[in-house]
Amino acid sequence: MSSSVISISKLAKHYQVPEREAGLKAAAKGLFKRTYKTVKAVDGISFNIQPGEVVGFLGPNGAGKTTTLKMLSGLLHPTSGDVAVLGFEPAKRSHDYLRQITLVMGNRNQLAWDLPALDSFDLQRAVYGLPTDEFKRTRDEFIELLDLKDLVNKPVRNLSLGERMKMEIVAALLHKPKILFLDEPTLGLDVTMQKRIRSFIAEYNQRYGATVLLTSHYMADVEALCKRVIVIHHGRLLFDGDLAALVEKFSAFKTVGFSLDNPATDLSQYGDVVSVDGSRVTMRVPKEKTSAVTSRLLNELAVDDLTVEATPIEDVIESVFAVRQEALE
Amino acid sequence: MKRYIDFYLASMKIAILEQWQYPVANYFYMIGMIAEPVIYMVVWSAVAQQQGGMVGGYTPGAFAAYYIVWTLVRNMNIVFTPYGWEWRIRQGQLSMSLMRPIHPLHNDVAFFAGWKFVVIALWIPLALALSFFFKPDLHPTLLQGVVFFFAIWFAYLIRTMTLSLMGMITFWTTRVSALFELYFAAELILSGRLVPLSLMPEWVQRAAWFFPFRWAFGFPIESLVGNMSAQDLFLGLGMQLAWILFGILAVSLIWKVAIRRFSAVGG
Repeated sequence: MSSSVISISKLAKHYQVPEREAGLKAAAKGLFKRTYKTVKAVDGISFNIQPGEVVGFLGPNGAGKTTTLKMLSGLLHPTSGDVAVLGFEPAKRSHDYLRQITLVMGNRNQLAWDLPALDSFDLQRAVYGLPTDEFKRTRDEFIELLDLKDLVNKPVRNLSLGERMKMEIVAALLHKPKILFLDEPTLGLDVTMQKRIRSFIAEYNQRYGATVLLTSHYMADVEALCKRVIVIHHGRLLFDGDLAALVEKFSAFKTVGFSLDNPATDLSQYGDVVSVDGSRVTMRVPKEKTSAVTSRLLNELAVDDLTVEATPIEDVIESVFAVRQEALE
Repeated sequence: MKRYIDFYLASMKIAILEQWQYPVANYFYMIGMIAEPVIYMVVWSAVAQQQGGMVGGYTPGAFAAYYIVWTLVRNMNIVFTPYGWEWRIRQGQLSMSLMRPIHPLHNDVAFFAGWKFVVIALWIPLALALSFFFKPDLHPTLLQGVVFFFAIWFAYLIRTMTLSLMGMITFWTTRVSALFELYFAAELILSGRLVPLSLMPEWVQRAAWFFPFRWAFGFPIESLVGNMSAQDLFLGLGMQLAWILFGILAVSLIWKVAIRRFSAVGG
């Protein structure tokens, strides 16, 4: 698609990893003959992303998410396949390209540890050659949006993890990039801080029409920000489409909760009991049998406070991995 | 060009501010570093006195001058180490530097250049104290002073380039400590750090001409404390510039190959 800002086709990144068996004999043998194993971190994935889209990039640990983000941001050279971001070939890392993107990694730090974040922001101004007036306007706007006014003069080392992450995000966006690659931006943060960062990303996306590709293990991030999700596993694409469609397609169960006077009753005929907490029972019931099971429960047992909920998104994603992995093997 | 000047000034400012956060720690670091030249100074002064007040043309006062200036040059020689390269690749810090539209080496040069201003400010009282105790015989001319000023900054750039080249080996393998140690041993002997090069055997002095070590260490000291002619002083600066240009060229070429091998940490 010509209007895509991110376009990748059959992208692959393979590593040659030395391997040997344990023990002295194998170590000695390894001195003369080394054997290598090819690890396919990313194995021929293709997708396009349109301007302004916020896309969740999901997969378990080691699925190839970060490797893909690093290829998109130009940190890694692909083994094969084509990548184009804003019309640039990322691996060339041209300065014009780097000025239009940002990569935020939840576990990386680019702020001067002993100084107030304001000093690091000024360094970012110099790095990107931003006009002073424009820089100050953007900086103050972000500081206000993230409620950082009382913190920007404190040394970074005295900030909490969440406060530091907010500062990192400000530093990463001062040059107003068109493309945001966000790798676990809310990693390790409490719920309030996660929410704050999510709303800031959403606000930035709306104000500047930026495109966002986000990886996160917190499904709340994905649900709040992304209409579209791309799921990968073992370097292969498992799903690319609407989050709602993913839930509909892979959510085979519903969660039924109720209170029961005698929770010791045999409930196996109604569905799988997930948990019993005092008188509160939680069951997993096949989606198509939900109506029948709930009416049977109400008619046959003395149940109170019956609730029916969609399967949590985490469980849906887990079932995507389980179902599609079988197909891949 | 204006953007680069702005970047250098901003980065140097950050370095100065950061280093001023820990003046006491910096002082202790410098005092620790002074132990080495003080030992050399005491030993060589004793040797000179036993040999009738002079050894290889150096009096105790000349040794004092050599090793006090040594302390400044040694501090100017502190740059981002090859071990640092290994650390930043393992920690993923290089990834963050590579995302900036500026070569990471500019960042190193600017940051450590800023640090030098703090180092020089902290060095002055230490140099005065050493001078009080060891009575250096130091009478530089104006030309020597000017050449020395440029020589210590050129020395800084030479060592930045050579250690960056060493550091870039970590793009191929991160187990190169033994190689670094070998490099530092050669540097110790051929630079004038252990002993003034004029006290070394003739063949060592000749060999030293063809390595960068002398130009990053011994030459700046000799330019201030020695009796070099104006021609030798300018020749020395020329050699330093040649090594800097060679370093920039080599770093640029190897960087292009090295960066293709770069595999950032994480899956």
